[in-house]
Amino acid sequence: MEQIVTAIGAKYNYIVYVILMMIGLYAMIVKSNLVKKIIGMNIFQTSIILFYVSTAYKTGKTIPIVPYQGHDAVHAADYINPLPHVLMLTAIVVSVATLGVALSLAMKIYRQYGTLEEDDINENLRSEEGK
Amino acid sequence: MKSIGLITVIVCGALLIYYAMDFPNFGDGTSPANTYLSPHFLENTMVDAHVPNSVTTILADYRGYDTMYETTVVLTAGLACFFLLRRRESTSPPARFYRHVPTGLTLRIEEGGKLPAENSKVFTRIDSMWAPDSLIIKNTCRLVIAFVQLFALYVVAHGHYSPGGGFQGGVLMGSSIILFSISNDLRRTLKRFKEKTAAVLGAVGVLIYSGTGFVCLLMGEHFLNYGALSSILGTDKVMARSHGIFSVEIGVAFAVMSVMIWIYYNLSSAGKHDEGL
Repeated sequence: MEQIVTAIGAKYNYIVYVILMMIGLYAMIVKSNLVKKIIGMNIFQTSIILFYVSTAYKTGKTIPIVPYQGHDAVHAADYINPLPHVLMLTAIVVSVATLGVALSLAMKIYRQYGTLEEDDINENLRSEEGK
Repeated sequence: MKSIGLITVIVCGALLIYYAMDFPNFGDGTSPANTYLSPHFLENTMVDAHVPNSVTTILADYRGYDTMYETTVVLTAGLACFFLLRRRESTSPPARFYRHVPTGLTLRIEEGGKLPAENSKVFTRIDSMWAPDSLIIKNTCRLVIAFVQLFALYVVAHGHYSPGGGFQGGVLMGSSIILFSISNDLRRTLKRFKEKTAAVLGAVGVLIYSGTGFVCLLMGEHFLNYGALSSILGTDKVMARSHGIFSVEIGVAFAVMSVMIWIYYNLSSAGKHDEGL
């Protein structure tokens, strides 16, 4: 029991990201409103960003901006890992762009069917097929 | 449906947490993610490109291809929003609303009625989803926007030495225009920053990025190897990389700024560009 508690205390970043990710996944599976699904997708993306950035963290170390100290004076262990930050920097902007596309698709659907509820859209589609 | 979703989510979450317990501890400097590649980047960022901010070096130099296509993805998203939503403005709108400025009265002009002149100082057009004219909001935003834009330029230009760069600066620049649009209205924003400008600047941003890479190709080096620019710029190869990174960041800033604004124009007015937030 004590081992589990210490393990959780040392790895709480993973638990936070899993909880956020599952909130997003739940919204995407269960909610029938398309805008709520899009919000779930965004929470999902945010959890991934949090996961990556938390893996880059080193306790007590500083941001990865290296002052000029000559050629062999840089100790990489003194700086946090820059690579996940780069990956997530682009991912944030791309998530904004995909959010825009998702919202405009939802708008287009609303213009066509007059609703954003998935069940109503399905009903509309079925009655159109029946004609 | 609800219970199936809940069970799926709980099972997935439990599995993820169970396997996450084998991951390295939070803040562990010796974890695999922090040991193999990233020390190389940190140790060589000054040697290779003379850029202290290693995030910028990785973004624009070591992983230049990745960032180029991310910029292309952003531009493609702007295009997708445009093609999905944009509609031609209807020539005769059903009813328009005007405010008589000296008295503050609101007029509703039916279809076919005589409309005031476009640049009339006495009547100003307002949205049908009418919001009160707020002096506080307008003047606060007028004061803030200039500083936001100045800070955006600072963030782009100092991406080498402090946290920042093309993506962040571009987003700040775009959000300043969006702030103007929210505090005033969409038509006034479109007069200052046209949709065509946004579309062209987005493409120009991607062109600056890939053009920098192409110039390197013409100079006989690999695509996006900025060291090849040294003979054009008249510097050594290390400084040429630094300048190449800066030119690429400017391209990213252009693309991100204009695509943000473009998506906002199309989303806020549902593609009609007459009334919006």
